Amino acid sequence: MAQTIIDTANHIAGYAAKAARVKVIAAYPITPQTTIVEKIAEFVENGEMDSEYIRVESEHSAMVACIGAAAAGVRTFTATSAHGLALMHEALHWASGSRLPIVMAVVNRAMGAPWSIWPDFSDSLSQRDTGWIQFYCADNQEVFDTIIQAYKLCEDERVYLPAMICLEGFILSHTYMPVKIPDQNEIDDFLPPYKAGWILDVNRPFSHSNLVSPEWYMEFRYMIQEAMENAKRLIQQIDKEYGKRFGFEYGGLVEKYKCEDADLILLTMGTMGSEAKIAVNNLRKEGLKVGSARIRVYRPFPVEEMRRLAEQAKMFATIDRHISFGMEGFLATEVKASLAGEKEPPLVAGFIAGLGGRDVTSETIVKIAKKSLKWMKIGKVEKETEWVDLRD
Amino acid sequence: METVMAHPFAKYLREAMMPHIWCSGCGNGIILNCFVQAVDELQMDLNKLVVVSGIGCIGRAAGYVNTNSFHTTHGRPIAFATGIKLANPELEVVIISGDGDLFAIGGNHFIHAARRNIGIKVICANNFNYGMTGGQQGPTTPVEALTTTTPYGNIEHPFNLVHLAAASGATYVARWTTLHVRRLTQSIKKLLQKEGFGFIEVVSPCPEIFGRYNKMRTGLEMMEWFRKVSAIENFSDPAKAEITPERIVVGEFVDIAKISYEKLIHEKIAEINEKKMQW
Ligand SMILES: Cc1ncc(C[n+]2csc(CCOP(=O)(O)OP(=O)(O)O)c2C)c(N)n1
Ligand code: SF4
Ligand SMILES: [Mg+2]
Repeated sequence: MAQTIIDTANHIAGYAAKAARVKVIAAYPITPQTTIVEKIAEFVENGEMDSEYIRVESEHSAMVACIGAAAAGVRTFTATSAHGLALMHEALHWASGSRLPIVMAVVNRAMGAPWSIWPDFSDSLSQRDTGWIQFYCADNQEVFDTIIQAYKLCEDERVYLPAMICLEGFILSHTYMPVKIPDQNEIDDFLPPYKAGWILDVNRPFSHSNLVSPEWYMEFRYMIQEAMENAKRLIQQIDKEYGKRFGFEYGGLVEKYKCEDADLILLTMGTMGSEAKIAVNNLRKEGLKVGSARIRVYRPFPVEEMRRLAEQAKMFATIDRHISFGMEGFLATEVKASLAGEKEPPLVAGFIAGLGGRDVTSETIVKIAKKSLKWMKIGKVEKETEWVDLRD
Repeated sequence: METVMAHPFAKYLREAMMPHIWCSGCGNGIILNCFVQAVDELQMDLNKLVVVSGIGCIGRAAGYVNTNSFHTTHGRPIAFATGIKLANPELEVVIISGDGDLFAIGGNHFIHAARRNIGIKVICANNFNYGMTGGQQGPTTPVEALTTTTPYGNIEHPFNLVHLAAASGATYVARWTTLHVRRLTQSIKKLLQKEGFGFIEVVSPCPEIFGRYNKMRTGLEMMEWFRKVSAIENFSDPAKAEITPERIVVGEFVDIAKISYEKLIHEKIAEINEKKMQW
């Protein structure tokens, strides 16, 4: 029977791993991820989850253990944050290169130095090019739903790639919200047991991930690129099907809000998307035609959606909880790249906000929107990258 | 009568960092106190002392001492310290860090530093769990102990740290509990004067988390456990010194002389340079 529980996004991620009938979990604790793996350890030990929980000695080992388990043909899960994710970097490439559908919750936390335990996207965005699909969630329900959806997606033979489910530390990880957990039989029906694309099997021995000569290496890379393109289509299908069955749908790759007639579209990721909706409602009360598009999937990047949104909007404002030093926010760069070559593309203004956990409230977003609207009027972005609320 | 307002050791601590983050009843303060006492008794030049720590509750020690200090990433204090010591062998480099930091994520660095016999000194606060992240099982958690990731009892075998250090080649190895403050202080003094790689394990109470899960809710109860089961056996076989609920063997296990890595490397460089001159 479906039930509604009130819990933190971290515990909800644990419930999702349970609902997905994950078989192996390997993890190392780090704030603010810790309560995910504690919840799972509890489920495993009290018998609610029929799984193996491996208490590894570092995140690098956690990812490698998941790779081993997935290669042996079972569904795997792990979770980490910031420095833990950075330490996994080498193994992240191995997971995607080996085409293993591992799902990992990344509880976003700013990178040191200096140390911070508060959220921004610098940890997961630093792993942009590792071949992992990246989802960003806006609330606890979406965390649950996206983990289930991600297994369905990643285990599709047209994809066979790993995915990160990103959720901002504390803003979601430690915040209680009501979440509907569907009936287990219905989840099982939506997400059948994992059928591995390849499996390490004593009866059919073969060697995997061996040295590949220059004649073939590029082809392996191309297949990952193809899989990412396939994922774009499948994410939309899976999201729709999930919505039909369970009542929650997120617009596939991009969650759009009042974009149809908008002059200005606010582009965000994660919880800033929820604040952006409030900002849109307030701005509309003033008669300003503003919409919000929350990038839910950052890899593969929703290039086509950006182009579609550009058809009628005059102005985009990207809000990055991240900075690519020496350039600008990734979202700004990727949106501009998506629009290059379009006829009369909208102006794009880039805003950097919320680094290291600084609050990005709807009021902040209203300020960003008003500045953008001013630039829209004069037809010129006066400052290509603006750091919001920066102290002198 | 003259009233003294400052603590006699105040100069060793960064007052701006106070109050510290440690829970009441935690053993970390005792360890820091013993360390500072040892530094004071040796009249060490604070400008030549570097305290390095990783991440964890005890890792805060590096931020509290008023010496050169380096609060590094989780698991890597030995790697950072190796660089410091090689760049400037004049410096006395001391690591104060946790069991998780030094033996889980950073375990690799420990065995290699001991093997090389690089002249850095390691003081490990062993509280049997990852305190800072909320008390998960780690490489020193006793069998059957309850932690947040072993809610029904730990099934993994823990490291016997003094055995590991001795087998890896450390020139000085000792274990004390936070109950043994005077012996610990004397032991730290010895450690600081040794050449090569030295190691002290300090069994330390974490009443707030480890204790709470294991029926020892206060620092006092944990200290009571140490008092009941610890036995001083100097130079006994470290292989037989596994910590169990019934027995904690403490004392010095290893105290040998061996030329340090930094001496060897600088000798080698001198030797090569001399040969070059002859060419
Ligand atoms: C790469 C990385 N992984 C995980 C963490 C999270 N973390 C911080 S402290 C800690 C464990 C500390 O345990 P220990 O060294 O025993 O010190 P204690 O807190 O018990 O004193 C962990 C896992 C981190 N900071 N960096
Ligand atoms: S959690 Fe444990 S180790 Fe950390 S400060 Fe508190 S008592 Fe000490
Ligand atoms: Mg510890």
